[in-house]
Amino acid sequence: MHINMKIAAKYIVVSILLVSFVSCQKNSRPNYQYMPNMYESVGYETYQESDAFANGVEAQLPAEGTIPRGDFMPFEIDNTTEGYEEAKLNLTSPLDSTQVDYEQGKVLYDIYCAICHGTKGDGNGTLAKKELIIPGSYADKDITTGSIYHTIYYGKNTMGSYANQLSETERWHVVAYVEKLKADLKK
Amino acid sequence: MKKSYQSLEDNSTNNMKQVIYRNLTSKILYLGFILLLTFSTSLSAQEGDPVNGKKVFLANCASCHKLDKVMTGPALRNVEARLAEEHGLDREWINAWIRNSAAVIKSGDPYANKIYNEYNQSPMTALASLTDQDISDVLAYTAQPKPEPVVPTVDPNTNTQGEGGVSNNIILGALAVLFGLLAMALILVKRTLNRFAEAKGIEVPSKKGGDSIWKAFVQNQFLVLVTAIFFLLASGYFAYGYFMQIGVDQGYEPVQPIHYSHRIHAGDNGIDCKYCHSSARVSKTSGIPSLNVCMNCHKSISEVAPATLAEGKEYGVDYNAEIQKLYDAVGWDGTAYTGDSKPVKWIRVHNLPDFAYFNHSQHVTVGGIECQTCHGPVEEMEIMYQDAPLTMGWCINCHRETNVKVKDNAYYTKIHEQLSKKYGVEQLTAAQMGGLECGKCHY
Ligand code: HEC
Ligand code: HEC
Ligand code: HEC
Ligand code: HEC
Ligand code: HEC
Ligand code: HEC
Ligand code: HEC
Repeated sequence: MHINMKIAAKYIVVSILLVSFVSCQKNSRPNYQYMPNMYESVGYETYQESDAFANGVEAQLPAEGTIPRGDFMPFEIDNTTEGYEEAKLNLTSPLDSTQVDYEQGKVLYDIYCAICHGTKGDGNGTLAKKELIIPGSYADKDITTGSIYHTIYYGKNTMGSYANQLSETERWHVVAYVEKLKADLKK
Repeated sequence: MKKSYQSLEDNSTNNMKQVIYRNLTSKILYLGFILLLTFSTSLSAQEGDPVNGKKVFLANCASCHKLDKVMTGPALRNVEARLAEEHGLDREWINAWIRNSAAVIKSGDPYANKIYNEYNQSPMTALASLTDQDISDVLAYTAQPKPEPVVPTVDPNTNTQGEGGVSNNIILGALAVLFGLLAMALILVKRTLNRFAEAKGIEVPSKKGGDSIWKAFVQNQFLVLVTAIFFLLASGYFAYGYFMQIGVDQGYEPVQPIHYSHRIHAGDNGIDCKYCHSSARVSKTSGIPSLNVCMNCHKSISEVAPATLAEGKEYGVDYNAEIQKLYDAVGWDGTAYTGDSKPVKWIRVHNLPDFAYFNHSQHVTVGGIECQTCHGPVEEMEIMYQDAPLTMGWCINCHRETNVKVKDNAYYTKIHEQLSKKYGVEQLTAAQMGGLECGKCHY
C-alpha cells in the first residue's frame, strides 16, 4: 500500500509536468510580456476597436462631401448604365502620351487584373481557366478609354470596383495598358 | 415512346372499365406532351453541337450567365424549352434577342421589357457577330441535363499515402500505448513474483551495488562540485532561454473569425499578395482587405470545388460554411446586398510594440523585398502564423546583411556616392545607410 501510493504520486507528478510543458506550447494565444506599458499604444493603432465612434472601429470614412487636399478631382459620372455610356463617349485620359507609364501599368495590371483577365488580356486568367470567373477577351469587347476607366472605378456587373486599390493616376496607367493589350490582341 | 404505349395497354387490360376512360384521356394527353417535347428537343439537339456550344458560351455568355444560378442575367439551363413553354417564344426571338437585345426591347416586345426591368435594366451585350450555328450550339449546350454532383471517391490506397502524417501519428501513438502496456505488464509480473517469494519466505537478494556507488560519489567532493556547477550552468542556460522568449510571438497562430486560407488564395489560385494587402505598396501598414475586396470574387464564387471541399475535410473545416460566414458579415443574400452588415473582427497576428516603427512601403516598394522574406511561406499556410521573431536583433541582422537597391533611384545617387567612398565599398548595406540609428526605429 505504502509503496503504491509513492509510485502513484510519481506518475502524477510526471504527467502534470508533461501536460504543463505541452500546454506552454500553445500557439493560439500570444506570449507573455514583461511590462507591457510601452508595448500597447495609448493612441489607437490602425483598424483598432474603439468606443469613441458609433460603429466601434477607429478607422472612419471621411465626412460626407469632403475631398482630400492636393491634386484631387472628384469623378462626377454616375454608376449607372447612362453614366457608363456617357463615359464611353466623352471621358478621356488626363495623361498625355509622355506621362503614361506602361511599365507601371503592367505591374499594377498583373497584380489586380491578370488573375481574371489573364496577363495578355485574352480572358485566360487563373480563375478563368478554372471556370470560376470568366470575363472574356478584351478583343471581343466594345471598350473605349472612358468605359475602361468607368469599369475600373465602379465595376460592371460581376466585376467589382477597383477604385479603393488604385489611385487616380494609377487607374489611368492601367487604362492605357489595357488599351495596349487590346491593340496587341487585335493584331 | 414504346414504353408509354405498353403501359397504356397494361392499364386497359388490367383495370376495371370505369377507370379506363379517365386513365386513357390523361394518358393520351401525357403522351402528346412527351411527343411534343421529344420533337422539339430532338430538333434542336440535331443541329447544335454542345461541345462547340460550351466554347461559345464561355467566351461570350459566361461573364453574365451561369447554367444553374442567376448571375447578372438569368440562369440559362434549358432556356429554349423554358421560353417556348412559358412564354411561347421561338428561336427567331432568341436569335434577335442575342444579336441585339436593346432593339427587341425598343420594339415594345412585352416579355423583353418585363425581363429587362426584372434585371434592373442592365443591358445584355449585343452579340451581332454570332452565327445561327453558334447560337444553336450554345442552346444545345444549355439543353444538356444537369450533371450529378460528383462525390469524390476516395481510394483507400491513395488515402493512406496522402495522409502520411496522420497515419504516422496514429502508428506512433499505438506504439506508445503498446510500450506502456508492456511496461505495466512487466511491473505487475515482477510484483506478483515478489509477493510469491515473500509468501514462500525466500529472501530475494536486494541490490546493494547502487547504494555503494552513490556513497562513493557523495564522498568525492570534486565530483560533487563539478556536477553542481554543471547543473547550475544548465539551469542558467534554460532560464535565460525562457526569459529571452518572453514577449516574442514567433509561431503565434490565433483562430480567426473566418477560416481564411492563404494556401488556397495565394498558393493554389496564385492571387498576388498586393491584390488584397494593397496598401503595402504605398503606406506604413499592409492592412487587411475590406470585405468588398473579397466580394470582387465571391459574388461569383459561392461554393468551392468538390476537390477543395475534400481538402477542407482534412483540416476539419467546411469551406462552404466559411464562405457563408463571409456572406453573413457583408450582408449578401446571393444576388444582392441586404445592407445588414457586421464587421469581421480579424485577430491581429504581427504586432510590434508601440515604441518601434516599421514601414511596409519602405521595405516592399523602395527596398524591393519579397513579403515571404519576412512573413515566411505564406502561400502554404492554411492558417496564418507569425514566422519571424520580429525582435530587434532580427531587424538589425537583416539591415547589416542586405544591400540597398540604388539602381533607378535618383534619391540615393548622391548619398550613396559619398557613403560608399567613406566605407570603401561598392554596395552599401541598409546598416551603412543609417539603418542602425536608434531614432529610425524608435521615435
Ligand atoms: C475577379 C475577376 C476580375 C478582375 C480581378 C478584374 N475583372 Fe474586369 N471583368 C471581369 C468580368 C467577369 C467582366 C465581364 C463583366 C460583364 O461584362 O458583365 C469584366 C469586364 C471588364 C471590362 C469590360 C467592361 C465592358 O465595358 O464590357 C474591362 C475593361 C475590365 N474588365 C477591366 C479590368 C481591369 C482594368 C481590371 C484590373 C484593375 C479588372 N478588369 C479586373 C472580372 C474581373
Ligand atoms: C453583359 C452581360 C451579358 C452577356 C455577355 C450575355 N447576357 Fe444574356 N442576359 C443578360 C441580362 C442582364 C439578361 C436579362 C435581361 C436584361 O436585363 O436585358 C439576359 C437575358 C438573356 C436571355 C433571356 C433569358 C430569359 O430567361 O428570358 C437569354 C436567352 C440570354 N440572355 C442568352 C445569352 C447568350 C446565349 C449569351 C452569349 C452568347 C448571353 N446571353 C450573353 C446579360 C448578358
Ligand atoms: C484574397 C486576399 C488575400 C491575399 C491574396 C493575401 N492575403 Fe494575407 N491576409 C488576408 C486576410 C483576410 C488576412 C486576415 C486573416 C488572417 O490573419 O488569416 C490576412 C492576413 C495576413 C497576414 C497577417 C496579418 C496580421 O494580422 O499580422 C500576413 C502577414 C499576410 N496576410 C501576408 C500575406 C502575403 C505574404 C500574401 C501573398 C503571398 C498574402 N497575405 C495574400 C487576405 C489575403
Ligand atoms: C481573386 C479572387 C478571390 C478573392 C479576392 C477572395 N477569394 Fe476567397 N476564394 C477564391 C477562390 C478561387 C477560392 C477557392 C475555390 C475553389 O477552390 O473551388 C476561394 C475560397 C474561399 C474560402 C473557402 C476556403 C477557405 O479559404 O477557407 C473562403 C472562406 C474564402 N475564399 C474567403 C475569402 C475572404 C474572407 C476573402 C477576402 C479577404 C476572399 N475570400 C477573397 C477567390 C477569391
Ligand atoms: C522587412 C520585413 C517585411 C516585409 C518585406 C513585409 N512585411 Fe509585413 N510585417 C512586417 C512587420 C515587422 C510587421 C508588424 C508591423 C507592426 O506591428 O507595426 C508586419 C505586419 C504585416 C501585416 C499586419 C499588420 C499591418 O501592417 O497591417 C500584414 C497584413 C503584412 N505585414 C503583410 C505583408 C505583405 C502582403 C507583404 C508583401 C507585400 C509584407 N507584409 C512584407 C515585416 C515585413
Ligand atoms: C529582409 C531584410 C530586412 C528586415 C528583416 C528588416 N529590414 Fe528594415 N530595411 C531593409 C532594407 C533593405 C532597407 C533599406 C531600404 C531602402 O531605403 O532602400 C531597410 C530600411 C529600413 C528603415 C529606414 C532606414 C533609413 O535609413 O531610413 C527602417 C526605419 C527600417 N528598415 C526598420 C525596420 C524594422 C523596425 C525592422 C524589424 C521589425 C526591419 N526594418 C526589418 C531590410 C530589412
Ligand atoms: C532596425 C530597427 C531598430 C533599430 C535601428 C533599433 N531598434 Fe531597438 N528595437 C527594435 C524593435 C523592432 C524592438 C522590439 C523588439 C521586440 O518586441 O522584441 C526594439 C526593442 C528595443 C528595446 C527593448 C525594449 C523592451 O522593452 O523590450 C530597447 C531597449 C531598444 N530597442 C533600444 C535601442 C537602441 C538603444 C538602439 C540604437 C542603438 C536601437 N534600439 C535601434 C528595432 C530597432
